[in-house]
Amino acid sequence: MFKFTLRRLFFAVPTLLVISFVIFALLDLAPNNPTGDLPLTIPPEVREQIRAALGLDQPFLIRYLRWLHQFFINEPLNILEQITGWQFGDGHRLRVLSWATRSPVVDLVVQRMPQTLWVVGLSYLFGVLLAIPIGVLSAYKQYSIFDQIGTFISMVGYSVPTFFTGVLLIVVFSSYLHWFPSVYDTNLRVTDWSSLMAQIKQMFLPVMVLTLYNVSHISRFVRASMLDNLHQDYVRTARAKGVKEKTVLLVHVLRNSLIPVVTVIALGVPTIFSGAIITEQVFRVNGLGQLLIVAVQGGDIPMVQTLTFIFAVLIVLFNLIADVLYGILDPRIRYD
Amino acid sequence: MTDVAAIPSTVSTTPPRSLMAATWRQFRAHRGGFAGLIVFVAILLIVFIGPLIHSVDPNKIDIRAKNQGPSLLHPFGTDNLGHDMLAQVMAGGRISLAVGITAMLLALFLGTLVGVTSGYFRRLDGPLMRLTDLFLALPLLPLLLVIIMLFRDTLRSYFGPETGIFILIVFVIGVTSWMHTARIVRGDVLAVKRLEFVMAAKSSGMREYRIILKHILPNVMSSIMVSATLGIASAIITESALSFLGLGFPSDFPTWGRLLFDGASFLQITPSRVLWPGLAISLTVLSVNYLGDAVRDALDPRMLKS
Amino acid sequence: MKRRNILLASVVAAFAMAGSAAHAERGGDGELKILFWQAVSTLNPYLSGGTKEVYSSSMVIEPLARYDETGKLVPTLVTEIPTLENGGIAPDMTSMVWKLKPDLKWSDGTDFTADDVVFTWKYCTAPDGGCAQKAQYEGIKSVEAVDPHTVKMTFTEPKYYPYGAFVGGQSPIIQKAQFKDCVGAAAPGCTSANFGPIGTGPFVVKEFKPNDVITFTANKNYRDPAKPAFATVTLKGGGDAVSAARAVLETGEYDYAWNMQVEPEILATMVAAGKGELVTAFGSQVERINLNHYAVDPSLGEKRSTKEAGPHPALSDPAVRRALSMAIDRDVINEAGYGAAGKPTCNIVPGPEVYASTANDWCLKPDVDGANKLLDEAGWVKGSDGIRAKNGVKLSFLYQTSTNSVRQATQALVKDMWAQIGVAAELRNISASVFFGGDPASPDTFQKFYADVEMYTNNFDGTDPEKYLAEWLCNQIPAPSNGWQGQNMPRYCNPEYEKLVTELSKTADLAKRAEIAKKANDMLTEEGAHIPLIYRGQVSARSATLEGVKINGWDSELWNVADWSRKK
Repeated sequence: MFKFTLRRLFFAVPTLLVISFVIFALLDLAPNNPTGDLPLTIPPEVREQIRAALGLDQPFLIRYLRWLHQFFINEPLNILEQITGWQFGDGHRLRVLSWATRSPVVDLVVQRMPQTLWVVGLSYLFGVLLAIPIGVLSAYKQYSIFDQIGTFISMVGYSVPTFFTGVLLIVVFSSYLHWFPSVYDTNLRVTDWSSLMAQIKQMFLPVMVLTLYNVSHISRFVRASMLDNLHQDYVRTARAKGVKEKTVLLVHVLRNSLIPVVTVIALGVPTIFSGAIITEQVFRVNGLGQLLIVAVQGGDIPMVQTLTFIFAVLIVLFNLIADVLYGILDPRIRYD
Repeated sequence: MTDVAAIPSTVSTTPPRSLMAATWRQFRAHRGGFAGLIVFVAILLIVFIGPLIHSVDPNKIDIRAKNQGPSLLHPFGTDNLGHDMLAQVMAGGRISLAVGITAMLLALFLGTLVGVTSGYFRRLDGPLMRLTDLFLALPLLPLLLVIIMLFRDTLRSYFGPETGIFILIVFVIGVTSWMHTARIVRGDVLAVKRLEFVMAAKSSGMREYRIILKHILPNVMSSIMVSATLGIASAIITESALSFLGLGFPSDFPTWGRLLFDGASFLQITPSRVLWPGLAISLTVLSVNYLGDAVRDALDPRMLKS
Repeated sequence: MKRRNILLASVVAAFAMAGSAAHAERGGDGELKILFWQAVSTLNPYLSGGTKEVYSSSMVIEPLARYDETGKLVPTLVTEIPTLENGGIAPDMTSMVWKLKPDLKWSDGTDFTADDVVFTWKYCTAPDGGCAQKAQYEGIKSVEAVDPHTVKMTFTEPKYYPYGAFVGGQSPIIQKAQFKDCVGAAAPGCTSANFGPIGTGPFVVKEFKPNDVITFTANKNYRDPAKPAFATVTLKGGGDAVSAARAVLETGEYDYAWNMQVEPEILATMVAAGKGELVTAFGSQVERINLNHYAVDPSLGEKRSTKEAGPHPALSDPAVRRALSMAIDRDVINEAGYGAAGKPTCNIVPGPEVYASTANDWCLKPDVDGANKLLDEAGWVKGSDGIRAKNGVKLSFLYQTSTNSVRQATQALVKDMWAQIGVAAELRNISASVFFGGDPASPDTFQKFYADVEMYTNNFDGTDPEKYLAEWLCNQIPAPSNGWQGQNMPRYCNPEYEKLVTELSKTADLAKRAEIAKKANDMLTEEGAHIPLIYRGQVSARSATLEGVKINGWDSELWNVADWSRKK
């Protein structure tokens, strides 16, 4: 397993390079333009000069290599400098600059992390923590009232999109009841009891919307996989041997049902990083999802390229983790 | 797929009658599945036969009758331009169901194909999973913009504006949503292919594709079924996101997703504008979910025994 | 409609009076919360010319003079507006002199001098800088500091309308000391300066989170010791227009929200909650339908929508162009999509008042019968499918616009209206970032115009339409030769019109200028270069507790934020 992991990590490097190239080519091909957002009163020749100032008049390959250099050499060196305090060279390295804000992309990512982790990360955690027991119980008591209600809620929760549930919750809880704010305050710092309460209050609605969605999604896979295993011969054998029902369910069946669940969860973790675009928009959480969508709409290629690339790294990483977990959960799965 | 029960290890205890009949009997016994079938057929009937009874043109504008609540003339009310909502929901259903089901089938086919192939054949596992990683990592919006830019006009000239866009949307949704299914199916296949009966089939000299069809696929069916039901919902919603971005159907083609999206702003004025399309999507997904449950149970060789 | 405007005017007047009973204490009113649903990406309007950047930075950095809510020039950092009469403008119109107010201070306490003004000109005109407001500085030969309080601008040739540079929110003065190392290619690297420019305005940037939120505090060195009334300002970005309106009008979380592009009935329900109201200003925005004068059939391939493709088989007929305009009921479109935020119009230059023509008012009233008759006479005969045709050419048009719920509603309405005169329309909507993106590789940009008709809004900076009217010149037609970057989208070309525009650029007398501009405007509408639809206002939402707001269609909406205060 260790050899497998090492080999996969080694192969991840060329994979990621190919991915980064494909993303860059795709962004270059897409009909978007950093000056597209500007008012029409700004004449075309000025737009042309702005594009030239951004370096867009240079050939595709040069721009790609420059991004590679900035991202893989300049940025890590900068981080290293900040951590160690050492100085490498003259310190004047061109960082990956966003075209819209003209500021380093990595700084923006760092700035956006807290709210994304709070809202999207927390709702994912809640989603997983709720989905597994709900899925297990639904499967164990298949077609009971609990199962039927669970199915109903999760299907509605999945099929009604967040752009609607978000607005509905705002109208009910913010406009009529005035319980929760409809706008997320990213400047809020949790320092004492009252600011913690304010933070919980402003997180409540977006986290609820996203948790409903995540629970619906994951619990269906847990339930289906549990059902598969509940009818297997080994369960009957275990029961016949007098193993406690709880042990049968939680140790034998759950463990064997986890493979699709692990896949779904591993696929979901990177998406925490990419943020929940719609929910962040509705509640103005302004996390990474909003950063990405604004950049895509504004044709801010360095920003989109960097964000999607970090995203790609996480995907490759978590899919590798899932593969390793398969081997631990089911020793019969071998890759070598 | 219907010859699944013929697997030697799962010979049923009941006398070997027609398998179709057995499966149907099993299906009928599944109350939820039967209800799902009825609801689904009802939705189809309303959407396809309904316009013959409520024969209002969904694109007819009557600006004087805008933002009305439900009435005899307009059972679902009207929108802010005076479109009849019932007619819009029925017209939207035809497109949404077609898009949802076709795109889901395409994604399912691609996902299962990639998942089974890479799970079963170790040699292909690496390349196929890296391809999956690539697709997972691609930023969706620019990808859509590029696909639309490259293919819209060609498809439009070959198939006409409507069919062209339909093909394009189904293709776009299918091609960008198969990866989850592929990963999940692969994980299942990795586990299943080490089980005794697969080993037994292999050592008995069974052809690879027959092993996959008869032994592997039925055992990963449940994950595929969940992907399918969730897939319909996300395809319907994705379509609305596409038209919101100006990449979907022209604005005079209503779809459930878009009716819901447009209606969300009017939540406080005409709640029925969001109620009906929202309900329609939920009911469709719910009924397909129960249908899927029943089909899986009916096909499951182990369930047949009890 | 009219009554509402009068009401609005009286409301504005009432505020003007309330504003004069000024609060005498700086920072006494606590926090002001503003919502821009399009988030602000930088506070340097020279690096990003977006409206949101211009507006938000106008609280910090100021131009020498700006437009008030009626479109009149008022001095901000100078003692008076230079004119021919007061000798500020040379009689030969080749130079002008600005006299700076004495004792002006930057927010960091240093003196504001003529050097800063000169530097601002240098900053924006430096090569490789990619300055977004370069057009404002066009035709300027030099800017010099005669003495610390006098700036002299010299033009390359006589400039008959010289108010561009240093006027209005688009070209504010930046501090030389702060930006001196940020000229040209070095400009984008100065992140901290771009995010926190030092200014002379009522507020100072405290913290800037790009595309998210900005916090300002009151400027201690602001020239009026009693202003601003607010101690801090929070300017939050993100989300969409509907929820922004909700945060001001329904939940009351915010005091002011900019740009409420929302269906009027939604706004009306929110206003009914009583927490705030809408304020509207009319500038020069006109929603129009451009009619393509060149053929666009896909079979023409690369040639489509260019001169080589030849004239449009249907739209080159003046009768068709006129009938399309006559069939449209602008009142219905206005009521469905704009409400108090729009007025039906037949002009492409709808304001200021002196430039607004009334010669085309025939189009304000729909005339379906007249349009049908016109088409019958021109030989366009209805076929069995109800669509008119002549010589095998059908009146069936591809109608494109950007994605936006109001525009799609307008499309549906226009399609319905055109159906009544036997004209079919295929609707298409394109993501705004592509449509306005101008990527020459994309077939969907509004410049390429691979459609028969297209709809969008355009306007001009400031109050003078000279540059704007020059957009309909023949050499402005987008074509592969200019990288599709021309501004004459309808591909209109008329030597008579060119003459008028040249005349306008050589006239100094304002009344005369207005007369010529009106003539040019009328020519464009009469000849059917485009179909003007709606004179669009800017709508913003204001909390009931906020006083002193004078919304402005000619300059930044936040131009007088120093005078805003909390109702006591």
